[in-house]
Amino acid sequence: MEFQVIWFILWAVLWAVYFMLDGFVLGTGMLHNFLGKSDAEKRVLINSVGPVWDGNEVWLLTAGGATFAAFPKTYALMFSYLYTALLLLLFALIIRGVSIEFRGKGEGAGWKQGWDIGIGIGSFLPALLFGVAFGNIFEGLAMDAAGYHGSLISLLNPYGLITGVLFVLLFLVHGSLYLSVKTTGDLSTRAANAAKKIWPALLIVAVVFLIVTAFATRLYDNYLASPLLLIVPIIAVSALIGMRIFMARGASLLAFASSCVTVVMVVFTGVIGLFPNLIPSNMDAASSLTIYNSSSSTYTLTIMTVVAFIFVPIIIAYKIWVYRIFRAPVSVDEVMKDREAY
Amino acid sequence: MDVVSLSRLQFAVTSMFHFIFVPLTLGLSIMTAYMETRWVKTGDEVYLKMTKFWGKLFLINFALGVVTGITMEFQFGMNWAEYSKYVGDIFGAPLAIEATVAFFMESVFIGLWIFGWNRVSKKVHALSIWMVAIATNLSALWILLANGWMQHPVGYELKNGRAEMVDFGALITNPTGWYKFFHTVTSGYVVAAFFVMGISAYHLLRKNEVEFFKRSFRMAAVFGLVSTILVAVGGDFSAANMAKTQPAKFAASESLWETQKGAGFNFVVIPNAERECNQLEGLCIPNGLSLLAFHTPDAEIKGLKDFPREERPPVGPTFVSFRLMFTLGFLLILLALLAVVYGRKDTLESRRLFLTIMLYAIPLPYLAAQLGWIVAEVGRQPWIVYGVLKTAAAVSQSISPAQVWVSLLGFTLLYGSLGVVDIYLLTKYSKKGPQ
Repeated sequence: MEFQVIWFILWAVLWAVYFMLDGFVLGTGMLHNFLGKSDAEKRVLINSVGPVWDGNEVWLLTAGGATFAAFPKTYALMFSYLYTALLLLLFALIIRGVSIEFRGKGEGAGWKQGWDIGIGIGSFLPALLFGVAFGNIFEGLAMDAAGYHGSLISLLNPYGLITGVLFVLLFLVHGSLYLSVKTTGDLSTRAANAAKKIWPALLIVAVVFLIVTAFATRLYDNYLASPLLLIVPIIAVSALIGMRIFMARGASLLAFASSCVTVVMVVFTGVIGLFPNLIPSNMDAASSLTIYNSSSSTYTLTIMTVVAFIFVPIIIAYKIWVYRIFRAPVSVDEVMKDREAY
Repeated sequence: MDVVSLSRLQFAVTSMFHFIFVPLTLGLSIMTAYMETRWVKTGDEVYLKMTKFWGKLFLINFALGVVTGITMEFQFGMNWAEYSKYVGDIFGAPLAIEATVAFFMESVFIGLWIFGWNRVSKKVHALSIWMVAIATNLSALWILLANGWMQHPVGYELKNGRAEMVDFGALITNPTGWYKFFHTVTSGYVVAAFFVMGISAYHLLRKNEVEFFKRSFRMAAVFGLVSTILVAVGGDFSAANMAKTQPAKFAASESLWETQKGAGFNFVVIPNAERECNQLEGLCIPNGLSLLAFHTPDAEIKGLKDFPREERPPVGPTFVSFRLMFTLGFLLILLALLAVVYGRKDTLESRRLFLTIMLYAIPLPYLAAQLGWIVAEVGRQPWIVYGVLKTAAAVSQSISPAQVWVSLLGFTLLYGSLGVVDIYLLTKYSKKGPQ
């Protein structure tokens, strides 16, 4: 297999794992001010993601770093063309991280309320902006040999917004299901109910997204050319429906596992449609950034492949180990007793 | 201002702000790990209290280091797209490796350390903070190998309209990168040592928890003395390497205009860039500069006049920063030495003036580290990659001054507020003392 294709797959995997892992942290953050009825409950929500949020965000840094190392031209143009959108994303992620870390380090209602707002906004904005960014990438950016012709406003086109809403709803359900597993008692029940309430909206937006995609993008071309690939969106939709069945049976863990599969398969569905583009141009096909015209040299890709194949299994091993250490649900009692808790 | 100046200013603001948190992380992670190890080995509860108290301050600082670090990765693409396109083939690799090798380890084990007190054994808990310490230092290695490449590019060829990596071995054994790594991480240890000594001094002046803070102070004093000396040793190697690989930067750091054999080191220098000379020179150590640069008294040192005007770095900031850093470095060695001596003699509590000085000395190593970066980055101008790519040619073509004004303003406001919160929290928890 060509190195460019290997790195395209790795690129897709990095984004998919990032959205699967940070998706539930973003979802938890968006639900923070709605599910957490008291300070104690809000602390439970924070502590349920506390040990892992930072490690989950690193998948984003790695996805960014991998884009830089493997497809430098795509990294350069994507980040400079989407300057203001990425700036907002960056500010939101900074605010979210600081809010999670600092909320518990001060006293007083004002202090906590301030960081609560930070957690809410710092989680909602990234979810929306990632969706908008990927929606626009699916559509193709307004770029030609002369450069980029779009703006922050032009990114907020209907298809971009639909994708943004899709991401927000997906992460809301994903986060609720995570919380239904990771919390106890009443809070866990309310989280499960929230998932049930949001799910129909997610289903509707997902269907709209799949239909509009046929008109707004060329993502389906690859599927028409090789129908076998349809297995990926079929798994995505099955997992989305399976999630609701598991919810109805009260099988929280399976429902959360299904939402993990859904997130990963949604990302794959889009990225497969892009191949071999990383960012298509909607003005001039020759200006599209593909894995071939934007990649690093074979030498660099070889080195990076060796690094990835050595370290990614090690990372996955210690991540699973740490997730297992923290697998027990977080309860109000426990958080109130533990002086090291957030 | 144009996009280049604005983007440079923004990079300076965001990287210098980021580098307020990084050095303390580098050193305090090791000190906290050492304290916890002592606790595990001896069972002495004072060490546990130390781990928790200094660990809390470590975490407040660490959080801001993490979030401001994301900005750095984004900015190469956002503001420096031409740079990223041109050198991404070789510069992207160490960045991606940094994330893969160091960031994951750091972030996963810090989570385990914060929340794992009652979930894993003492040994595993202590191991997790060691993993964090190793990971932060590894992260420094990879980013400094990347920066080392910008200072002294190796292992690449210009082909296909860009710089392509042809020798990964050369990239990771680049002496400039390793000197930078050594000099930078040890300067981080100094920051941490003076941080711990300064806060301990505050409490010793008030006779709070005397045993606890005396022990902390003594430990930091030894760590500080060793580190200040290592910084100086690394600085000497770095300076000699700079004279060899970046002669224009070296000449600017010393404000040397004329090429000279057996150049002397002047203690007093006032540069005048316009007239291409020094307004004032005095207190000369004969052959001092040649010794510093090449470790031989008669070595020839190239003066700034031998470089075309457009290839000279700004002399004023480079020279002043270098001198100030240098002076601070020696002052810190002296303070650390006194700290060790007074700690040994057990006369700390009665030396109120010294303790007061140590409290107010907390910002000095931070300042020295920032000045060092000014020498490194301003001194490399007009190049972004020395001899390969000019800074002016590296900036993104698709962004407008208005966009960068907005982002610069946004960063200044956001970082300004975060800075206030950070100082508030650090002060609050420092004053509170161990529970």
